[in-house]
Amino acid sequence: MYTFKQHSILPGFNLALGFTLLYLSLIVLIPLSAAFIRTAELTWPEFWSTVTTPRVLASYRLTFGASFAAACVNAVFGLLVAWVLVRYHFPGKKLVDALVDLPFALPTAVAGIALTALYAGNGWIGQFLEPLGVKVAFTPLGIFVALTFIGLPFVVRTVQPVLEDIETELEEAAATLGANRWQTFTRIIFPAIFPALMTGFALAFARAIGEYGSVIFIAGNMPMVSEITPLLIVTKLEQYDYAGATALSVVMLVISFILLLIINLLQWWSRRRNSAT
Amino acid sequence: MTTITFPLSADTQKQRTTQEPAWIRILLIGLTLIFLTLFLFIPLISVFYEAFKKGADVYLAAITDPDAVAAIKLTLTIAAIAVPLNMVFGIAAAWAIAKFEFRGKNLLITLIDLPFSVSPVVSGLIYVLVFGLQGWFGSWLAEHDIKIIFAVPGIVLATVFVTVPFIARELIPLMQEQGTEEEEAAVVLGASGWQTFYQVTLPNIKWGLLYGAILCNARAMGEFGAVSVVSGHIRGSTNTMPLHVEILYNEYNFAAAFAVASLLALLALVTLALKTLIEFRNQQHQQRGHE
Repeated sequence: MYTFKQHSILPGFNLALGFTLLYLSLIVLIPLSAAFIRTAELTWPEFWSTVTTPRVLASYRLTFGASFAAACVNAVFGLLVAWVLVRYHFPGKKLVDALVDLPFALPTAVAGIALTALYAGNGWIGQFLEPLGVKVAFTPLGIFVALTFIGLPFVVRTVQPVLEDIETELEEAAATLGANRWQTFTRIIFPAIFPALMTGFALAFARAIGEYGSVIFIAGNMPMVSEITPLLIVTKLEQYDYAGATALSVVMLVISFILLLIINLLQWWSRRRNSAT
Repeated sequence: MTTITFPLSADTQKQRTTQEPAWIRILLIGLTLIFLTLFLFIPLISVFYEAFKKGADVYLAAITDPDAVAAIKLTLTIAAIAVPLNMVFGIAAAWAIAKFEFRGKNLLITLIDLPFSVSPVVSGLIYVLVFGLQGWFGSWLAEHDIKIIFAVPGIVLATVFVTVPFIARELIPLMQEQGTEEEEAAVVLGASGWQTFYQVTLPNIKWGLLYGAILCNARAMGEFGAVSVVSGHIRGSTNTMPLHVEILYNEYNFAAAFAVASLLALLALVTLALKTLIEFRNQQHQQRGHE
């Protein structure tokens, strides 16, 4: 027999689910559907030409390129930070562990102006890079720095719990069988944390693509050079080009949904991998 | 003879097989600290440095400026509306998802997480499409002289949107782990639904609820992109703290911008401290539970 819900003696199911669905519909689903419905007013060629102008294409290349590079750096250093926090002891470790979440807690605008001040030509870090010919603030490199900051906690926080759960018995067995430390890492530890690492990478990448607050201060925002897609949406909105802004946001939404799907699959893979070992 | 030293050597051997040589450990710790110093600590310190660079007088003047005070008040008001709303939603969603088995549960969990994967700018834009002058209800709202976009209600809506998942996603796994036995016992013993919730469930989830609320509050007060699209940037009226920082910064009033920013950075530090305290308390609690 088809049953929507299994029997339970606990009360409040209808009220709780009803309220949840009403709230989600009013706050999330109906407003989100507005973007798709308004875009449907455009014909397909109109839509396509709006989202593939040279300026828009340049913004995609920049947004995805910088996000991908930042997520790669976060994957490498996130793994390193997680490893050091789980396996080693050093003074101030608790403080470091707590501060890793700073990019989650610090408002993006604050991160944006702080990074800009640091990497500007006269800033604390910029003054050392400028003589070397490396300009960070107001260039695409600055966008990469901001996105690396924003995505930093994702890989650490997805890899850390998995690394904590790995039994040292496995590593001891590998060592007993003659593996050196590097072999144990690449053959035993790395495969166990790989799904979590990919999940963290995808989360950092997804967050970076949509990021706005921290980037606009450091980017310079030159069309074709250092203009990210979210900024282009805002620019179109300020010029009352609602159709253009909406069409671009639909592209962003579709990409976010695809990434969300990939992240869910990765998490499912990660859980299965961990329950198997 | 060798048997005497055996336990000792076995012990050091074990140390060696599951740990890297000392120089690698020091190298990795060093690399980590350099990376985190460059990308986390220096940016954090620079906020406070830039804020106080021109002296405490300039700092105090910046944060007691009427526009800054209005921005602080607005930010607090918005958080005071958005956090309780999402708290009620989080409890309702977690109650339905954790205490009952029904079809489509995984889809519902994914939908709750949806705002996390939407760009902040898009989160603001969709409310403009619904309530803006060109939007679905735009002309009706204009006729009745109700302002949502470029006014406080729009800022609240955009903030609620971006913070929807925070409390629900803390409570769902927590309540799933706790199961339904305690509530079932209460109901069998004759407690009403609300009594069960207030006296059994709420004491069990209060720390998770607080944890989610703290994270939700940090994002609600710090949200920039979504709020920037719907606010209209009217000084002293629809300017939140992050937007005020942007205006001051774009006017090259850096000291004042960093002064207001330092308040937000302080909020972030308090958030992290409270978060760490609750995590520490949970760990202690769990260890006591195991003993």
